Amino acid sequence: MMKLQIDHLTKRYWLQRENRDVLALADVSFSVEDGEFMAIVGPSGCGKTSMLNIVAGLLPYDEGNVLIDGKRIFGPGIDRAVVFQHASLLPWRTIAGNVRYGMELQKRFDQAAMKERTDYFIKLVGLTGFERHYPSELSGGMQQRVNLARALAADPVVLLMDEPFAALDAQTREFMQAELLKIWTKAKKTVVFITHQINEAIYLADRVVVMSARPGRVKDVFRVPFDRPRNLSLKREPRFLELEDSVWKLIEEESERLGMVAAV
Amino acid sequence: MKTETTLAQPHIKAETPVRPRESLYQRYEASILGGTAVLIIVAIWQAVWSYTDWISPLFFSGPSAIAKAFWSSLTGGNLLADLAFSGKNFTIGFGLALVSGVVLGVIIGWYRRIRLVLDPFLNALYAAPRIAMMPLIIIWFGIGMWSKVFIVFLSAFFPILVNTAAGIRNMDRDLLRAARAFCASDWQIFKTLAIPGSVPFILTGVRQGVAVGLIGVVVGEMLGSSEGIGFMVAYGGQTFQTDTLFVGFVIIAFAGILLTSVAERLERRFSRWRPER
Ligand SMILES: Nc1ncnc2c1ncn2[C@@H]1O[C@H](COP(=O)(O)OP(=O)(O)OP(=O)(O)O)[C@@H](O)[C@H]1O
Ligand SMILES: [Mg+2]
Repeated sequence: MMKLQIDHLTKRYWLQRENRDVLALADVSFSVEDGEFMAIVGPSGCGKTSMLNIVAGLLPYDEGNVLIDGKRIFGPGIDRAVVFQHASLLPWRTIAGNVRYGMELQKRFDQAAMKERTDYFIKLVGLTGFERHYPSELSGGMQQRVNLARALAADPVVLLMDEPFAALDAQTREFMQAELLKIWTKAKKTVVFITHQINEAIYLADRVVVMSARPGRVKDVFRVPFDRPRNLSLKREPRFLELEDSVWKLIEEESERLGMVAAV
Repeated sequence: MKTETTLAQPHIKAETPVRPRESLYQRYEASILGGTAVLIIVAIWQAVWSYTDWISPLFFSGPSAIAKAFWSSLTGGNLLADLAFSGKNFTIGFGLALVSGVVLGVIIGWYRRIRLVLDPFLNALYAAPRIAMMPLIIIWFGIGMWSKVFIVFLSAFFPILVNTAAGIRNMDRDLLRAARAFCASDWQIFKTLAIPGSVPFILTGVRQGVAVGLIGVVVGEMLGSSEGIGFMVAYGGQTFQTDTLFVGFVIIAFAGILLTSVAERLERRFSRWRPER
């Protein structure tokens, strides 16, 4: 059975000043299998963040359904955790305190379990030794790893990630991608991963959803044909570049349709 | 985002972080330059005071005369009693303002409706110079200590209240969204985000409150009192004891510097709590 189903989802925003609404998502449907890594790409403003926030239960929607294990979601739930684009860590809590935070709010684990899981996930993201540091003492990449550890420690069924590496430089980003794959292999979560970068999507995902420009619709869903484990060198291989190029063309069509100059 | 290049890395043993070497001068540059400047000015002042007749002792005073007046009022006069009186008024008034300002500020910041109802009154009182109410307060409380306590309270209360409310209200939206995504209840959001997030704001209120509270106690004692540093200054003026007047003035200046620098230091220490960006 499908872990996550997004079923004819439609979202409108009301523009107060112009006294009209805009269609952000139009009839979006796709599903994600248990343990699958699903990436979502699409031109800027096509509604990726809106969709993720709806799935997270943070944003109301107008039509359609979001189902997890066949059950409709109402608001945020302990079966989901989000890694936002900005690390959104509590500046007055240490790294350990931040990793605990999600678990504390959800009250699913007792003190001992929380302590154990905090240590485990800090280790998993490679930040052992930094437990007592504050977020402002860490680099952007390290903060994003704390963010990931916080989400994983809450033990979600579905992990939602909204451009988590967008703010990182190219090198750190590649490193984080490889780390994420390693962690995902160990943690075996269902992942929905939003990104602007096509090669990031192809490198990480089992399948990729390509969305059309405003209003967001599903333009294509394809399976990435490369075996795992994947090396970073895969990104330099011709078959990878070919696939990347064909996705580029799909999105370029979309950008042109809106008169944008390669805004991806 | 702040980048701290001197970040200690505890797991790397070989490279124990070293504090960059500073000479004694570099470390205390501010105190050395500032202190020297003060000393020079005081020395010139003293020289002019003792060797010329440019300064009339009626209109002004000199360092040695002030020191002498300080000593005689310390040993023979009421200086310590005055200081204790003012200090007590300030401490009680400020303590009351701190407690009630923070509590009410939190309530006003958290409950929108209460804020909307109280806002016009608070804004009017915040903007008005509270010291102008002193004559009325003397009618209410008499010229004893409680009129002074009350004016300090009234002065310090509003900055603390307004800043606390602003701190609660300016909750970081990204943090709020993250907490909501982890199913946080309103109470959890209040405890884990609103309260700790408003600490730097509260300390800004404390700093402003200390400044206006000091003005409150001094002016309060000048307008209606028979004790205290403010009274000492006013009395020195009325009886043309310019030296005594200066003693009070110097004490007030020192108290101001001391208290605001403590408040500033506290504020800076907790400023890293302010979510960045
Ligand atoms: N709060 C809002 N009010 C009104 N319109 C909004 C709001 N949030 C988003 N929109 C509109 O909805 C559309 C989708 O926005 P969304 O942030 O989901 O896009 P996105 O695909 O995440 O874009 P990007 O890739 O740039 O992050 C945009 O056209 C945007 O203008
Ligand atoms: Mg987005």
